[in-house]
Amino acid sequence: MAAKKPVKRTTTTAAAPKKGPAAKVTKNDLMAYYRDMLLIRRFEEKAGQLYGMGLIAGFCHLYIGQEAVVVGVQAALEEGDQVITGYRDHGHMLVTGMDPNGVMAELTGREDGYSKGKGGSMHMFSREKQFFGGHGIVGAQVPIGTGLAFADVYKNNGKVCATYFGDGAANQGQVYESFNMAKLWSLPVIYIIENNQYAMGTSVKRASSETMLHRRGASFGIPGEEVDGMDVIAVREAAAKARKHCADGKGPFILEMKTYRYRGHSMSDPAKYRTREEVDDIRSHHDPIEGAKEKILKAKYATEDDLKKIDKEVKAIVAASAEFAKESPEPHPDELWTDVLVES
Amino acid sequence: MPIEVLMPALSPTMEEGNLAKWLVKEGDTVSSGDVIAEIETDKATMEVEAVEEGKVGKLLVAEGTEGVKVNQPIAILLEDGEDDSALDAPASAPKQETAPAAEPTPAIDERPAMMVSNVSSASDPEIPDGTDMVPTTVRDALRDAMAEEMRRDETVFVMGEEVAEYQGAYKVTRNLLQEFGSKRVVDTPITEHGFAGLGVGAAFGGLKPIVEFMTFNFAMQAIDQIINSAAKTLYMSGGQMGSPMVFRGPNGAASRVAAQHSQDYSSWYAHVPGLKVIAPYDSADAKGLLKAAIRDPNPVIFLEHELMYGETFDVPDVEDWILPIGKAKIRREGSDVTIVAHSRMVGFALQAAETLASEGIEAEVIDLRTLRPLDTDTVIESVKKTNRIVCAEEGWGQHGVGAEIAARVVAEAFDYLDAPPVRVFQKDVPLPYAGILEKLSLPGPDDVVRAAKEVCYVNS
Repeated sequence: MAAKKPVKRTTTTAAAPKKGPAAKVTKNDLMAYYRDMLLIRRFEEKAGQLYGMGLIAGFCHLYIGQEAVVVGVQAALEEGDQVITGYRDHGHMLVTGMDPNGVMAELTGREDGYSKGKGGSMHMFSREKQFFGGHGIVGAQVPIGTGLAFADVYKNNGKVCATYFGDGAANQGQVYESFNMAKLWSLPVIYIIENNQYAMGTSVKRASSETMLHRRGASFGIPGEEVDGMDVIAVREAAAKARKHCADGKGPFILEMKTYRYRGHSMSDPAKYRTREEVDDIRSHHDPIEGAKEKILKAKYATEDDLKKIDKEVKAIVAASAEFAKESPEPHPDELWTDVLVES
Repeated sequence: MPIEVLMPALSPTMEEGNLAKWLVKEGDTVSSGDVIAEIETDKATMEVEAVEEGKVGKLLVAEGTEGVKVNQPIAILLEDGEDDSALDAPASAPKQETAPAAEPTPAIDERPAMMVSNVSSASDPEIPDGTDMVPTTVRDALRDAMAEEMRRDETVFVMGEEVAEYQGAYKVTRNLLQEFGSKRVVDTPITEHGFAGLGVGAAFGGLKPIVEFMTFNFAMQAIDQIINSAAKTLYMSGGQMGSPMVFRGPNGAASRVAAQHSQDYSSWYAHVPGLKVIAPYDSADAKGLLKAAIRDPNPVIFLEHELMYGETFDVPDVEDWILPIGKAKIRREGSDVTIVAHSRMVGFALQAAETLASEGIEAEVIDLRTLRPLDTDTVIESVKKTNRIVCAEEGWGQHGVGAEIAARVVAEAFDYLDAPPVRVFQKDVPLPYAGILEKLSLPGPDDVVRAAKEVCYVNS
């Protein structure tokens, strides 16, 4: 069985986060992170609802619990940096600035979805926002993200690629093929392992001979750090450091985000492989949004009422996206035949 | 007894080579492992070692001699105690072999003289009168195509195993490193799944990768990235982004390398929407279609054939020789039976057509050139004229290219058929190593002749 408290703040590994000088966090930063995390949470709750109503079908993997990871990383990225991830991708899309309406309409398989209804939850893209998917095959995004970083070097554009994958994907062979080439060619790629403790129903301990996933780059000479993925500021600081490492031409960097998903692997997962107590413990003591809220109130950046206003605003955006996604028409039958090939 | 040193075969497909340099002279004593000569093939320069010890009695082939056949005696070694007078005596058996298994394979023995087309394709660019035709190997035609496109477009680069420093495992990327540097000619580790995926990412990122697989057999390690990432992303992104790239390399049976290294993937890739699949026969098509593939905004599978790399055909010396993807070519006109083939089988089909002509059957030979999209129209038009069809391919028959063509012909030209379509394909077994079994397994010109007679109801 899984450990009772999978999100351990202390560790004895050499790569453990060191207590440095306190991160500089402005009011605006923290308020923005709070809002962004809340948007993801409310969006995912709504997606869960629509799934229950039969408006969303197929596989749908919710990001609830892991919000601090994408929000913190995105805060450390620069304009033009690329983002790529696996199939638990709704949060990543929202933080890159993709329109919640378009994302939700893709979930419902409608014409106004980002992929015109042809991709669904796991396969959405936005070249405009430098979001390269949305990949349904576990681990496949890792060489692709490495290739995006290859293109950055080729074009000498100073950008980096944030390549996300889970603790399950961390056991795929192509991840290590990618690590090797990324280090060999000093590619600017941040490998962000979202360790939410379970690869579908299999805990990290039951699947990984080395459970400290940030060490997985050791044999390639890639540095790695374990990060409290439930603390948006800790995530941002680690990502900023990793980005600088990449941008300085030192090659890839691995960040292992210790995080947790509250919901099942997908909508159809009853999550019998862990206890209700385990989930409740994380929710009550380590929730990333509650954590940010406490910091805001403590620093008196805002009052409870101010935060309620944000909550209301976010709920309105999400409700509108759901409405949009319901109203958007089904794809025209002609769409079946488009986008198979680029007509040259 | 003096020992004959024979011209060694340095690769499974080598038939002859140039004796570039002798490193010993008559009268020298050599022992086992000494390098005695350098031999050049179309792929590489290799050193030849002595396998036995003795004194060099006579060098039979002068250095600089070109086209020395495999197994031809090139020198005579004298054993201990023998002097030059022994040179007159007949050479001993066993003869000294300087390299493994120099015996040419039956498949090669049988290979016909390469046949070329005299019929132009309506879809191809017109070649102006007086254009020089330059004899070019398929290997160099492919190389020239890449070099020209790399000169034309900064975002084109080539990556794969041994493509740069080694100059290509089959020398298809020869001299590209020298011209374009290591940024654009990238040696990868042996990591097909990884570098195929990396190539897809580079294509997403705005580059135009040419991913070379040392052979397509190894691309099975990468097939998830080819199908799931490269072929499907355009559709799954609603047309926002695709993978403008080429996956290329030798496909099909080589020679005597057994089942894991001898497989025809034509029908595998031709099955998948989102890909274009090309399998050229001669040098002009190899060049013109590879250039088109590199410029195409879609992922293109470019299936070459190792046994064709060294064959020479004319390439028109025109600025920017480029051919349309998706158009078959009528290689030979005929009225009695249509033979459809692609890649190396086209040569066998042309050879079969000559044999058939000598027996009064005029075959029309169609070279598909592109397998996806498939130029059904050209095939149907031909069948309407000949009323009979043979589909020939090197791969297995079940769910093969020939099965697809036969189905389309039956569906679209049933009333024109005077006989059921007949297919020619590899026997339904993994390709064996032993020469005699390999020969039994792979289809050749005789099989095509037999099939053509079958659809013409002529007794073989």
